[in-house]
Amino acid sequence: MAAPALAVGARLADPDQAAALPGVPDVLDLGEALILAGLPTAHLLVLEVTEAGRVVLELPRAEVGQGLTTAIAMLVADELDARLADVDVPLSKARPELLFNQLTGASNSVRSLYDPVRAAAAAARARLVTAAARRWGVPAATLRTQDGAVLAPDGRSASYGSLTVAAAGVVVPEVPTTPKPAERRTLVGRPTGRIDARDLVTGKARYAGDLQVPGAVPTVIARPPTINGTVRSYDAAAALAMPGVLAAVQVPSGIAVLAETFDQALKAKAALTVDWRPGPVAALSDRDIRAKLKAAQPPFLVPPLLTLTVDAEFDFAFVGHAPMEVLTAVADVRPDRAELWCAVQAPIVAQQTIAAELGLPQDAVTVNVVRAGGSFGRRLFFDCALEAAQVSRAAGRPVKLMWTRNDDTRHGRMRPASHHRIRATHALGQVLTYEHRVATVQTDFRHGLGEALTAAGFGVQLGGLSLSQAFFLLTEKLPYDLGVSTQLLAEVPLEMHTGSWRSVYSGLVRVADEIMVDELARTLGQDPVAFRRARLGSARGRSVLDRAAEAGQWGRAMAPGHAQGLAFHDEHGSAAACLVELDATDRANPRVTKAVMVADVGLPVNPRGLEAQLMGAVMDGISVTLQAGLHIDAGAVREGSFADFHYARQRHSPTDLQIHLMPPNGEPGGAGELGVPAAAAAVANAWARATGTSPRSFPINF
Amino acid sequence: MPSHTFVLNGAPVTVEAPADMPLLWVLRDKLGVTGPKYGCGVGVCRACTSHLDGAEIQPCVVPVADCAGREVTTIEGLADGDTLHPVQQAWLDCDVAQCGFCQPGQIMTAVALLRRTAHPTDADIDRIENVCRCGTYVRIREAIKKAAANGA
Repeated sequence: MAAPALAVGARLADPDQAAALPGVPDVLDLGEALILAGLPTAHLLVLEVTEAGRVVLELPRAEVGQGLTTAIAMLVADELDARLADVDVPLSKARPELLFNQLTGASNSVRSLYDPVRAAAAAARARLVTAAARRWGVPAATLRTQDGAVLAPDGRSASYGSLTVAAAGVVVPEVPTTPKPAERRTLVGRPTGRIDARDLVTGKARYAGDLQVPGAVPTVIARPPTINGTVRSYDAAAALAMPGVLAAVQVPSGIAVLAETFDQALKAKAALTVDWRPGPVAALSDRDIRAKLKAAQPPFLVPPLLTLTVDAEFDFAFVGHAPMEVLTAVADVRPDRAELWCAVQAPIVAQQTIAAELGLPQDAVTVNVVRAGGSFGRRLFFDCALEAAQVSRAAGRPVKLMWTRNDDTRHGRMRPASHHRIRATHALGQVLTYEHRVATVQTDFRHGLGEALTAAGFGVQLGGLSLSQAFFLLTEKLPYDLGVSTQLLAEVPLEMHTGSWRSVYSGLVRVADEIMVDELARTLGQDPVAFRRARLGSARGRSVLDRAAEAGQWGRAMAPGHAQGLAFHDEHGSAAACLVELDATDRANPRVTKAVMVADVGLPVNPRGLEAQLMGAVMDGISVTLQAGLHIDAGAVREGSFADFHYARQRHSPTDLQIHLMPPNGEPGGAGELGVPAAAAAVANAWARATGTSPRSFPINF
Repeated sequence: MPSHTFVLNGAPVTVEAPADMPLLWVLRDKLGVTGPKYGCGVGVCRACTSHLDGAEIQPCVVPVADCAGREVTTIEGLADGDTLHPVQQAWLDCDVAQCGFCQPGQIMTAVALLRRTAHPTDADIDRIENVCRCGTYVRIREAIKKAAANGA
């Protein structure tokens, strides 16, 4: 057996810091709260140097396309003086000892891992240097590191792989284990291509459905015609007689069919006879849901009597996450253990839930985290993995369960529909009050967020508030001084599948705010950029706004039917402004021809990856504002695939996209969701100007 | 069960499958070729896009029997050994992929487009229907133009 190679853990900061929590949620944002929740386990991050010279950092997060593995590999390589190509960042399976530190969400991964990853790499480097110093009998302080090797002044060098066993025995390093100062970094901040790009363009990258797990047979589930409908009775005789069909079993969500190929499973599913009970919202359509939302709205505090008021109401439709990779999970459930493979953002909660469902101890359930073909919040939920476990248990064999695109669209999670009422009062050119009342169908946050916030001290702080209210309070802040402002959330609990959708409440609340801000500026006869600038509290925010206006030539003359639109959003310790130009001459087929996105994320670890995230945010903004949403007809989703859920295609993308990143000015802020509210609102504001209308219901063409 | 013989990524294969089984499931479930992805099963999202005799197809709606005696090329068959196809190289150079799930189909669509039209215009590129839910369209456009400039 080989001697142990170097593996070091990083300790972030004093875990007691978690006990010294500020008392008011307003001074924290959600990401900071999650970092606090993760503090006590940050030292469980493990970095290993193998004898073959590979540097392996097992990542307790999901890779869903956001480029996290590349950003983390860059941090490791830079801090360790290793070559980027020598760094591997595999995804950790569920590690329950990490408690709240294995949740991918809230744009928080780089923010929460920036310190511990660098600490782990710095500690490893110090031990490798010390091992070389002892081997050569020279003072450790005279050595330097470069490209995965320790170098001596006399020209000797030793690769990390050759030192790792000795380094594992170093208890007290002879050089400091503190991370480098920013000015000595060479990789962080340099635009870098994805470390997995070659696998992605050659078809080698493996998603859950591509895994060849022995015996795992293709499986699909017949689902009810209405949301959350249930099986009254079924007859599988005809299906079971079809070629290749292996079994049909009932699970809570429907009837699973197992076959030798997915084609045979799909055809057999269509041959099932199922009598379905209607789901709990079968009596509700969009109009009914909107009426419930309006009725739930908390009242304004300010009556519309004393001053000039601007009132507006906004509606946002349900929106599906619709990742390209439909939910897929492989499950192998045995009497005494179970193993799963799937893309999940909250694997520990998945492991706990599946273990409870199967009646197994938590440590008898292995949850392997596989790369995801997109998520946008969808894979916070592990419904497919839970179903796969249920099917595997019932059928007594391993299964590869795949949702169809119809399943995903009609039974998947959705951004909840919302209704907004906003009232602003003004006098003498000043805004005196700003009230925003939000009602949404309840958002499901049961994926470990509540436990994390409780661990961070919010269980006490937020007392009687629901989890949704806590999330709302920690994320929704008006960046402008608009006098006395209040924002209140009301939720309508309906038994529908909802969930966080990239930018969560901000994708609704802040979009409505930014449209309202444009309308206030118009009412007061002020330029929308100047109006925002005068009321933005943050200097970083003003710089971002100025840059967008300048780079996008704000105010330039536009042809009839064309217009510019601009919006701003700050969150996660970052700020973004987006300026778009919209051609709405054909109102049924509007096109954003140009987009300028400016972002200040404190420290862009990988500017190229950050630009990719902002580019995606622009497409999300175009989609949800102009054309992509889901209708509810009598308790069922009307749309069924990308044929009628109109997420943007190539013809909807701007032919001119400019992304400007502000220079580094601190530590990394969040970036994955940042651009969405600004982009969505900029498109809405451009539509208003191009058409001379006041958009109130989204998507506009629906 | 009927057997079907065709050329897959340069090598002949024979597979037993019902004549109407879509090529996608023959590739994925019988031959273990997983580059072409399922995204909708009805030819809309185009994540499975591959080539039949060099022209673009969506294997999720092409029966395997239609491929008999013909050449099927998937993303796995595009590179020449370790040398990437110029379109794949352009995809790398522009760092197009995010989650990557649609990219095999996007690349195969781009290769087919460049075979038909050596220098596609923006209007030609706009006609590509492949969905990318990460929204990589701007880089896809850039990569197609780069590949065209390199004579792909």
